[in-house]
Order: sequence, then C-alpha cells, then structure tokens
Amino acid sequence: MTTISASATAVGQERSSSALSGFGLAFWLPLSWLAILLFTVIFADILPISDPAESDFTALKARPNFEFWLGTDVLGRDIFARVIHGARISLTVGFFAPVCGMIIGLFFGMMAGYYRGKVESVIVSITDIILAFPNIVLAMCILFFAGASIVNLIIVLSVTSIPANTRIARASTLVFAGREFVEAARSQGASNLRILWHEILPNIVLPQMAYILSFMSIVIMIEGSLAFLGVGIPPPTPTLGGMIAQGFPDINTDPHITFLPALFLFLTVLSLNLIGDQLRKKFTVRESAL
Amino acid sequence: MLNYIRRKLIHLIPITFAVTALSFFFIDLLPGDVADAIAGVGTDSTVIDEKAVQAIRKDLGLDQPVIVRYFSWLGNAITGELGKSYQTGQTVADAIALRLPVTLQLLVMAQFLAVLFAVPAGILAAYRAGKVTDQIVTTFTFAFLAAPSFIIAIVLAFIFAVLLNWFPATGYVPFFDDPLGNIRSFTLPALALALIEWPILSRVLRNDLIETLQQDFISLAKAKGLSNLYILLRHALRPSSFTLITIVGIQLGNLISGAVIVESIFALPGIGSLLVDSIHGREILMVQGVIVLMAMAYVTINLAVDIIYGALDPRIRQ
Repeated sequence: MTTISASATAVGQERSSSALSGFGLAFWLPLSWLAILLFTVIFADILPISDPAESDFTALKARPNFEFWLGTDVLGRDIFARVIHGARISLTVGFFAPVCGMIIGLFFGMMAGYYRGKVESVIVSITDIILAFPNIVLAMCILFFAGASIVNLIIVLSVTSIPANTRIARASTLVFAGREFVEAARSQGASNLRILWHEILPNIVLPQMAYILSFMSIVIMIEGSLAFLGVGIPPPTPTLGGMIAQGFPDINTDPHITFLPALFLFLTVLSLNLIGDQLRKKFTVRESAL
Repeated sequence: MLNYIRRKLIHLIPITFAVTALSFFFIDLLPGDVADAIAGVGTDSTVIDEKAVQAIRKDLGLDQPVIVRYFSWLGNAITGELGKSYQTGQTVADAIALRLPVTLQLLVMAQFLAVLFAVPAGILAAYRAGKVTDQIVTTFTFAFLAAPSFIIAIVLAFIFAVLLNWFPATGYVPFFDDPLGNIRSFTLPALALALIEWPILSRVLRNDLIETLQQDFISLAKAKGLSNLYILLRHALRPSSFTLITIVGIQLGNLISGAVIVESIFALPGIGSLLVDSIHGREILMVQGVIVLMAMAYVTINLAVDIIYGALDPRIRQ
C-alpha cells in the first residue's frame, strides 16, 4: 500500500504539482453532476421537493414550468420529485451491488490466483456458469419469482458483477503471487492467509477499485432496464426506468415525460464512465511506474 | 487441434449440467408453489381450485423428489420436450421454434451493423490516435456506452418513427410475405442493438490497431512504399480480426439481454419478448425453456469462438 502511494506521489509530482490538477473539464463536470445529484438524493426529504406520489389533477402532463421544474406526468405528479426519488433507488442499488460484487469477486479471485490448481478451475467454472446467463435475463427471472425489493435487487445485481471482479482479482493476484516480497514473507514462515491478507490484498485492492465506477454504471443501467421492463421495484415507488416506461405510450404528444428521466439516467451513467475512465488512466500510470 | 477440441468439449459437459440444473432449480427453489401459481393464472377468483392444483402437481411430477424430476426434465429437454403452456396449450418447443428465427435475424442484422460502424470508426481512431478525429470518435463511443439499450431504442423510435415516420415503430412483417417490409420492421430494433454494440468493438479494435501499428512489419510495409490505406486494411486489420471475433462472441450475452429489451419495445415476436411475456404470465415452463436455450446458446457460441481462435492461433491450443 505504502509503496504504491509513495511511487504514485512521485509520479504525480513529475507530471503536475497536485494530484488532482491533471484532470480536465471532462472530469470536473461529471463529478459536479454526481455530487449535486448525490446531495439532492440524500437530503431529498429535507429539501423543498414535493411529494413524488402526490397528484395535481389540475396539471396533468404539464410542460416544465416554474411550479413543476420538469413538468408533470400522466397522473399530474411532479417529475422532478419523482426523478430524484427514482435516482435514490438507482444510486442505492448502484452503490451496494458493485461493492458486494467486488468483495466477493476479490475473495474468489484471490483464492483462484493464489492457490491455482483445483481451486482455480472450480472458481473459473463457477464464473463461466454465471456468465452463461445473460445478466438482465438472470436478474429478471430471479426478481420476478423472488419479488422485487431493494435488497433482492442488490443481491441479484451483485451476482452479475462477480465474474468480472473475480477475473480482475485473479489476474492481479497472479502477478503479485510470484513477486519477491511474497517469497520473502513466505520464507519468514508467514501463513497463506497472512500473505493473502497482508501482502496481496493491499496491492490489488486499488486497481480493483478503479473498475468499480464502471460496474456502478453497468448496475445502474441494468436496474433501469429491469424497471423499464416492469420487473424492478413495482409502482407506485418511482424508478427512473419505470417512469420512462410509463411515459413511452405518450411519446408522440408529451416526449418530456419519457426523455427527462432518460436524460438523468444517461448523464449519471456517462458521469460514472468518464470519471472511472480517467481514474483508471491514472492508475495505469501508477502500475507501470512500480 | 483435435486434442484441443476434445479438451474444450470435455469442459463443456460440467458447464452444461450446471447451466441446466441452475435453470431448473432456481425456479424450483424460489418461494411460492409452482402448481399454485399455474392454477391461479387466468382465474379471477383468488380462491385456487385445490383439485386443479393437485392435477397440475401430478402432471408436472411435483410429487417426486427434485433430483428425479431434474433428470427426467433433462432427458425430455434433450429430445426437445420442454412441456407446454398452461394458458394456450402451445408446447414450449413450438413457441421457441416459431420465435427463434425472429431473434436470429435481429441478432445477425445487429451484429452486421455494429461491425459496419465499428471497423471504420476503430481504424480512423487508431490511424489518427491522439488527434482530433480520435477524440471525436472516442467521445461518441463514450456517449453510446453510457446509454442503456432501452433509452437508445426509445430515442430511435422517437426520431425515426414518430418525428420522421421513416420506419414503423412496432410490428413484425414475415420475410416471405414482404421482404422489404420485413427489413424495414427490423431496421430500428437492429440499429438499437448495433448502437450499444459498436462502441465496445470500436474501442477494442482501436487499442488493438494502435499496438499493431507500432510493430516492425508495419514500418517495413511503409518503407516499401505501400499506401496507408493498404497497410491499414491488409497488414493491420487482419491480426485484429481475431480479437474482433472473440469480442463478438463474448458480447453475445449482452446482445441477448439487449434483444430482450429491444424486442419488447418494438413488439417483435422473438425469444426475448417471449421471455418477458412468459414472466408476466407466470408461464414457468416457458421461462425455464427460454432460459436454458439462451444459456446454452451462449455457452455453445463461446465454445465455437474458442475453437475458431485455437484454429487460427496455434499458441492458444497449449
């Protein structure tokens, strides 16, 4: 851990004076979008945002105006309030599912990359089996029969991100398992568990985390798709995908009901991808500088 | 080579068992009684006829232990006997056979369009790596990567069906009734899938080409005075086409997921919309059959990709 951050600062100093000044607008704009969205989503109950379930029957399908910033939907509900509450579900699922997937994937990947042999082939087979089911299909079936709740969504979507996490963790474990400091620890009589926990994990956890933003964006996309297909969290709870599906029949006359939630979803996923990509580029520099 | 294929086929056996078992069990293990669910469908009353439940239970063999049921189901599945719908009486195999051509046509058209977009974009970006052209292509790939398939599908439907009225938004025309109408009805769905697929192909191709273009044989080709276009297409693209084959195979799982969504939006009667309809109608046997089909298709195609890859590159066989 210390070796990485030490060399990272060295590299950082060579390229620029501060660790963050290397980033351009394509980093700060998405970061601000996510920060504002996150703030609004967390404090939605305190902020002056109207009730997402409340219908105003005098203003059905209203265009964006001063009273309703983003207009209202078919039932006269405030789209802005619903988008914020929908984004709350997207972000909750989009945070916890990749984190769970990463922890499980790290565990399996380290086991496979460190112990090799039978352990490895069993773990690789398990990931192959999970991969055989297209992620949305797998999630749809489980959710429909097990019932869609936030917890079930998180469990199902973390399963879909296990294979990729396992592969990444296994690949980086393979690199480090042969390194001198692992040999040194082993010759000092360190147990396998100690080597995995103290020598390998600190080295692979940062590169692994570089991918987590991409997984978050994928999970948010899948959550949106599931809600769109009607197998996500059921109405009346607002979800971005559900709002898009609900507005779709009226797309000829009132496209804003469909496209505004879609825009929120798109910008959020785009931001995660942009930030993730630039962080990963920085990490690649660190890796090669080791 | 034969040895390599045999090894790959042996690896397929446990995967096949696991995939089929998982498809079978995870519906079986889920909360709720399958027979209750089937008997409850289509009736308005919440009271479920106990006799009907018993009959269905016996019909499905639910009174037998789960292992016995799995193997008899698997045995039937191999002969194409996957049970029938309790609502329409149609057999699962018939429903799949009827809808499979639609999905296959969709996937082939989508993959074709995706390669058509990705190859020029990837070559252009790699050739002008780091320059403005590359940045423009990269920006586009990023934008499309961030758009879930259903949003792309909706935007396409809005622009080309609602605003411009060039293509139908929904509906399916069989090829032999009206070939042109058939292509028209597939254009938007295939385009929607291609648009989620091409950025991935394009990015991989770009990175691959950039690496190839730094090799010695490219410098040699340049020194021989060959034109840039010739070098790009003949010398650089050829080794990268292996990578493209792999990615096209790996992406198939994604594409099937995309097909489920796109078919539902554009009302194409394919496997994907069959799955969505069956899930909403609680047609458990139908869901099981479709899932097994999709998973096995993915596994088989990956095997084919592995074998093609091994045939093209002898180093892989080791």
